[in-house]
Amino acid sequence: MATVAVPIERENYLNKEYGVASWLFTTDHKRIALLYLLSITFFFFIGGFFALLIRLELLTPAGDLVQADTYNKLFTMHGQVMVFFFLIPAVPAVLGNFLIPLMIGAKDLAFPRINLLSWYLYIIGGLFMMYTIVNGGVDTGWTFYTPLSTQFLDTHVVAAALAIFIAGFSSILTGLNFIVTIHRMRAPGMTWSRLPLFVWANYATAIIQVLGTPVLAITLMLVALERIFRLGIFNPQMGGDPLLFQHLFWFYSHPAVYIMILPGMGVVSEIVTCFTRKRIFGYRFMAVALIAIAVLGFLVWAHHMFIAGISLYSALAFSLLSYFVAVPSAIKVFNWTATMYKGSVSFDTPMLYALGFIGLFTMGGLTGLFLAALGIDVHVTDTYFVIAHFHYIMVGGMVIAYLAGIHFWWPKISGRMYPEFWGKLAAMIIFVGFNLTFFPQFVLGYMGMPRRYWQYSPEFQVLNVLSTAGATILAVGYVLPMVYLLWSMRYGKLADANPWDAAGLEWTTSSPPTTFNFDETPVVTWEAYNYDELDAPKEVPLER
Amino acid sequence: MSQHIVSAKLYISVWAALICLTVATAAVSYLELGPFNIVLALTIATCKMLLVALFFMGLKYISDRMTIVVIVAGLFWLGILVVLGMSDYVSRAWY
Amino acid sequence: MSDSPTVVATHNPDLQHHFSSMEQQQDASMLGMWVFLITEIMFFGGMFFGYMVYRFYYYAAWLEGSQHMDFWWGTINTVVLLCSSLTMVLAVRSTQLNRRKSTVVFLLVTILFGLAFLGIKAIEYHGHWTEHQFPGLNWSWPGPYSSQVALFFSFYWAMTGFHALHMVIGIGLVLFIAYHAWKGKYSALYFNPVENVGLYWHFVDIVWIYLYPLLYLIGHKKG
Repeated sequence: MATVAVPIERENYLNKEYGVASWLFTTDHKRIALLYLLSITFFFFIGGFFALLIRLELLTPAGDLVQADTYNKLFTMHGQVMVFFFLIPAVPAVLGNFLIPLMIGAKDLAFPRINLLSWYLYIIGGLFMMYTIVNGGVDTGWTFYTPLSTQFLDTHVVAAALAIFIAGFSSILTGLNFIVTIHRMRAPGMTWSRLPLFVWANYATAIIQVLGTPVLAITLMLVALERIFRLGIFNPQMGGDPLLFQHLFWFYSHPAVYIMILPGMGVVSEIVTCFTRKRIFGYRFMAVALIAIAVLGFLVWAHHMFIAGISLYSALAFSLLSYFVAVPSAIKVFNWTATMYKGSVSFDTPMLYALGFIGLFTMGGLTGLFLAALGIDVHVTDTYFVIAHFHYIMVGGMVIAYLAGIHFWWPKISGRMYPEFWGKLAAMIIFVGFNLTFFPQFVLGYMGMPRRYWQYSPEFQVLNVLSTAGATILAVGYVLPMVYLLWSMRYGKLADANPWDAAGLEWTTSSPPTTFNFDETPVVTWEAYNYDELDAPKEVPLER
Repeated sequence: MSQHIVSAKLYISVWAALICLTVATAAVSYLELGPFNIVLALTIATCKMLLVALFFMGLKYISDRMTIVVIVAGLFWLGILVVLGMSDYVSRAWY
Repeated sequence: MSDSPTVVATHNPDLQHHFSSMEQQQDASMLGMWVFLITEIMFFGGMFFGYMVYRFYYYAAWLEGSQHMDFWWGTINTVVLLCSSLTMVLAVRSTQLNRRKSTVVFLLVTILFGLAFLGIKAIEYHGHWTEHQFPGLNWSWPGPYSSQVALFFSFYWAMTGFHALHMVIGIGLVLFIAYHAWKGKYSALYFNPVENVGLYWHFVDIVWIYLYPLLYLIGHKKG
């Protein structure tokens, strides 16, 4: 189609209606996905801006760029914005919203209006967060620990808590929508065992969103009430226990990290199979592993509290449970590797990102095991070791998986191809920049540099300078896709329905799809990832 | 999906049972039973909860297994928070 | 499978376009409501956990605080909510039987019971306020364990406060349903919004069924 001089534009979800109102009041899951895409990209750059300021401050051992209190605000806002306004919604609200109905053969999600409400709530939460930022930010750390947050600060803690509360509600509604959709709206023949793993991943994520986020909601409410009315629930002077806050907070926030990673794992499964031209190794284990991570993830939260004052026996139990939760993750890494074995691997941009994910997630996950060991944790907790660990998973893992998915499905979303050279270049810049930023931090943490400190001992400077250099490279890597993806919407090569020859119902629709997705409800008679059938020599046209 | 239509009489009987249980739990609170006060009070509360859930919320007549799974999961998850959380508090005094 | 529902003459006007049948729509709607209710279990559950922690630590203070609850108002309120649950379920039943008028009447009576509950809570709250039993803002406790009893009252105000907020939302929902029922929107063929609001209402009732013994009936009554 790229060679036709004047392509006749078929009606699709993008050109069906024009005008701001048609976007702001849409109930089409694909348009809502794009609304989320714009919003989370905005917050990604806000969070990234704070990160750059942090790294600039840390170029020198002295605290010379900003004041200590300001530095506290920088790392707090970086964490809150990145976690709650970028990572938690990223894959589910953008790719999940767009793809799940397409992948299961449905016309939309179960509750389209609630989907729109989810986005409105996200925006309202975002406005509260912008209000907080504009009014000086919060300096509690993203973790809001009491009694610091409830008694000793005069920053806008309540506004930040409300922002996250509202965004959390958005997350709950998305999860609810996905659960009902996946249960009730699958096309005929699309049984659970034929579902793409991306759908399974979002389903497991939705379980966590629905069961965990409400506890965060009540916790933030209690913090707000305590601040406003000086109640004393978390105040030691009144007999309150600050650890009660931490138990409640981490009951959500640990599973939250699985909200952030599971969808990325789903993306990787889709990409690895497509660019290896093979069925996934161990489909059943992969699906069960996703659910196992979601469930086991709820049993480990106090590993964030090992040195906070919980009982030793409790710590032992949580340490053991934390080892268990690594097992299903490891199974997934083994199975992706086994999928690639003797496969026909091609290194397009999505595959580069997916391979990056597998390596970096493995490193992040293994260092999590270091932290789960009580003896090591006492030494490295609250140091840069922890920071490196979770950035390997969230940035090396999740953000890279998100970019992988955006590139893989870009033709479907926009009807255009991104420029492959720039895609590969950006992927490699991001990989190099990421490792340069965060690998030194493992060493720094092991050497004893504490986290959340705005000045540090001079012997840490070299590694910090390397880390900041890496951050600059990483920033360039992130800006590149912004630029060329936007460029491609106007000048990119027009994409046909299935430019990757991928399996999956979403690729049977046009690029971009029509508003109602399918002209006829598909009837599924084939297994997921049937690449052996798709790639078989075609003597007879295959039924799709 | 509950297409099953229950008789008004059954609903009123359930309501009467709920009122009786409320009176009972209020009356029993006047007795001095030590730790059993709370056990009894929560047992009665659970009976009331079951009556409301089974009859007023229609769980007795639901044929859909998924709904039951959802409810059990919700209660189980609350159990995780309470049991694992309390295990910290209870075991702090052990050493 | 109906892909162009507008062609079929007998297509239910309440069928939303992305569903293929009323049955699918109703199943989805009901499952969605139950999933929402378990999020509410976890929301209130956080407070129940906190309550449990401090009851474990400060039983004497919990006992003391509970003695200062208004036993009679609390018991009456429990009965009021149970009555409202009855009228709510009878309203759903009336819709299933196509009885528009009795549906509206039952829903309005449910609202009245709900308002009665809130009125009684207002009386209780006013009483606690004048007795200086609001921690932080308005606290004065003559007896022992003052700060620990304050913790009890913190949980009292938070738990009953969030419960009352859910009652207010519930009354709003029932009002919305009552209006549409009066307009003739619901029938035996399409009643799941009424059913779903009923589920919400019963859930809020169940929360109170647990709050009542936990707050009002701790230990035995002294005299």
